[in-house]
Order: sequence, then structure tokens, then C-alpha cells
Amino acid sequence: MSTLHTVNKSPFATRDLQSCLDHCRDGDAVLMIEDGVYGALAGTAVSDAVSARAGALKIYVLTPDVNARGLPEARLSDVVTGVDYDGFVDLVTSHDRTQAWL
Amino acid sequence: MKIGVVISEGPYTHQAADTAYHFVKSALAKGHEVPRVFFYHDGVNVSTRLSIPPQDERHIQKNWSALAAEHGVDLVVCIAAAQRRGLLDENEATRQGKDANNIAEGFRISGLGQLIEMGIQTDRLVMFGD
Repeated sequence: MSTLHTVNKSPFATRDLQSCLDHCRDGDAVLMIEDGVYGALAGTAVSDAVSARAGALKIYVLTPDVNARGLPEARLSDVVTGVDYDGFVDLVTSHDRTQAWL
Repeated sequence: MKIGVVISEGPYTHQAADTAYHFVKSALAKGHEVPRVFFYHDGVNVSTRLSIPPQDERHIQKNWSALAAEHGVDLVVCIAAAQRRGLLDENEATRQGKDANNIAEGFRISGLGQLIEMGIQTDRLVMFGD
């Protein structure tokens, strides 16, 4: 039984991403969407925390939201995988449930 | 697979109604069923037909109404959240003695029972909000 967690807030505005990473079970997936995509950047105050959980969790980012914010994909962390909306749907259906960190 | 969707943030605020729209469109295009979208809290504001965004901008309400017409998605607006925010259909306007109504085509006002039912009848529930 695995859960897909969606995080839609910037980790520089709220602690939602950190809470999510702390509460996730190994084998779960985290998808960063909307302002949550800032959590996918490399070399930030939160990137070590993301990398530290990347072995046990799958970390994804919604590429259309990365592009909408003008973030170069080269600046994204290596542990993060980009998906489009079709990929978002696949993540929802391939996990047993979805938890939105609102 | 059957996927239910909840939207709890108003339109043109952050992105919830937009993200949900793109998600539902992709899900339908991939052959999944989205029998219902439940508009809750400030999300009920999506359902007003009096919204007039600039012509070169996305029209969130019309996008949803079109999706409902094309794919038969049941767009349910929470009645308690709607009444607080002045969103009424014809029946409610009459019942409450109001002189107008403003719910757009494809949306209907109902209660939380519809959210519970969606949770029972779908395989996945995805929430978009603030």
C-alpha cells in the first residue's frame, strides 16, 4: 500500500514539504506541484532534506509548473523526476491513495 | 479507473482550479472516468456564471462547464459553502426570497452527501486546494 503525496506550497513559505518528507512512509511518492516546484531546485536550503529522503521515496515535480515559473530544468535536483499532467494521472492511479498537503 | 476530484480554493487565487482542470482533462483523455468534481469552501466561487475575465485570459468557469457538457462530469457545489458566498441556483433563490441566481450551466448545488458518495464510488480521490 503506497501513497502519493502532493505538495503545492513553496518550501520557503511553509513547512509543508518538510512535514510531508518527515511523515511519508518508505515506498511512497511525493509530487511537487504549483509553488511546490521550488522544492525541486538543487542547491537550496531544503535540497539536502529532499535528497536525504530520495532513496526511500520517489520524488517527482510537475514540469508544466516548473516551466510556468521560468525555472531552468538544469537547476533541478538530480533526485527529482519531471512529469506532465498525464504522468500526474499515472501517479494517482499507480498508488493506492493520494494525500494533498494543503 | 474512477477518479473523484475536490476543489477547495477559489478561481484566480492560486492555481487549484487550473491544476484540477488540466488533471481531469488528462485523466479523461487517458480513458479514466471522472464521474464528479466537488466544489467545496472557496472552490464554490468557480460556479458563478457572472465571472468576466479579460478575453485573452482563460475562463475557468466556462472551461469547467464545457468539460461537463462534453464528458458528463457532474459538477457539484456544496450548498452550505455556496449560501455563505452568495451562490444560488433558481430553486435556492426562490426558497431564500432572493431576486437573482448565478449558478452556471453544468454546475448543480447539493450537499456533502455527494462528496461522501464520490469517495465511496470512486477508486481514487484527489484534492486540489490552498
